[in-house]
This record gives sequence, C-alpha cells and structure tokens, in this order.
Amino acid sequence: MSTDRIEKKILLHAPKARVWRALADSAEFGTWFGMKFNAPFAPGAVMHGVIVPTSVNPEVAAAQKKYEGTPFDITIEQMEPERLFSFRWHPGAVDPNVDYTREPTTLVVFSLEDTADGILLTVTETGFDRIPLERRVKAFTANEQGWTMVVTLIRDYLAHA
Amino acid sequence: MRSSAAQTSRSASLFAALGDETRLRLVVRLSGGGALSIASLTEGLPVTRQGITKHLQVMEHAGLVRNHRRGRESLWQLDQRRLTDARKYLDLISKQWDDALARLKRFVEE
Repeated sequence: MSTDRIEKKILLHAPKARVWRALADSAEFGTWFGMKFNAPFAPGAVMHGVIVPTSVNPEVAAAQKKYEGTPFDITIEQMEPERLFSFRWHPGAVDPNVDYTREPTTLVVFSLEDTADGILLTVTETGFDRIPLERRVKAFTANEQGWTMVVTLIRDYLAHA
Repeated sequence: MRSSAAQTSRSASLFAALGDETRLRLVVRLSGGGALSIASLTEGLPVTRQGITKHLQVMEHAGLVRNHRRGRESLWQLDQRRLTDARKYLDLISKQWDDALARLKRFVEE
C-alpha cells in the first residue's frame, strides 16, 4: 500500500452541473467542507480561507468549532469545468503558531465521471511522503483522541515490526 | 494479529514508556527530528529538569530515544524508526476525506 497517496470514490445522485458548482464555487465548497474564502476560485490563485464550522453536519461542526477562524490557504491548480478541479494545501495545517509556507504541500484532485448510476467523484491526495514526521505526529495530537491514537499507532507499528 | 513473546515484551515496555502525558509530549517535541537539550525539552512543561531526565531515561530504556553528549550538554533524539507508521497517518487523513465527501453528498443531493 502506498504511503504517499489517498484515493476516494463516491457516487453522487445529482446533476453534474450541481456537483461541479459544489466544488468550483468557493462559497459552496466552503459550506460543505467547513471553510470560508475571500474570493472566487480561479486557476493559479492563492486562496486565503478561514476555518468555519460546516453547516452540513452538526457533529463535524462541533469538532471544527475550536479551529474556527484559523487561516488556511490553498492554491488552486486546475479547473476544467465539470471534469477536474485541483489544488495544493498543507494537510492538517491548523496550528496558528506554525508557519507552514515553506513546507511541502499535497495535491488534491477532484475528478468527475458520468456513470449509469450517477456522477462518480474521485478524490486523490498525493505527496504525503514529503510531509515532515512532526506534522504527521501532530495530526494525531490535534484532536481529542490524539494521544490515544499516537499510542495505538506505535503499538500497531510494533506488532508489524 | 499475532506477535512473538519477544515482540510482546518489547511492545509492553514501549507502551509503558508512552503511558504518560509528559513522555508523549516529549515525543511530539522531539519528532521534528533534531537533537534537543534537557533545557529546551523542559521549557514550557510543568516538570523539573530532573523529572524530564527521568522520563527520558525510561524512554531510552524502551528504545524510543537515544542521547549523545556535546561538550557538557546531553542531547536527546528520537529513534524515529520506532515511531513512524506512515500508513496510520494516511488512515486518519483518509477518514477525514470520508467525512468530507459524506457532507458533499448530502449537500448536492438535498
């Protein structure tokens, strides 16, 4: 299994134009993702966003609440209407005391495909192998269950060593 | 998941070494990869230098950290091989994407 890449697929029962708008319109993207952007998305643009709790899921919104207002930048790469949307970001960059700008980014790509059953959305995120270990550990310690997860991580690692 | 007796014992000592919040905080502090002095490891923690040294010794015994001297100073470093499992990190990010995509689905299908 790759340690550099994540791939996710989900079937959406909605018109393609609707799905595209939810990705490409910065306000709509922010609504389900849990961010607020200062401007419309455009290829090559550096978007300054802040974390706002999502209005789509109250449970997730509660988890995001403590990060409310945290700045979070993403750089748009490609926008091919109703086909492909991609950007770069710093995964888990929610610590306001850390300057992430010089660190490597991961690339997130959303692609849309017509199928008989609906729109197949594929998300890939690549580039994790270049993310510093410190960030990886912090990803676990950033949430409530963080410490437990670090220990679990170490225990599992040893079980496979 | 089966492991040998030796592995179980090794796991147990590491698990014990990490069963303490101060020690977990030291792991995170050291996880940048550099070697740090006792003074910088103690900074900001409600524990004395002597206390931190004791914690580090427990961690050293478990093979989690090692130390070397630079002049009069003792520098501590994480033995990263025992800490990383990049796949577990991806599992966490992967879960976050599952949640985000479930929200997207609800958003576009409503």
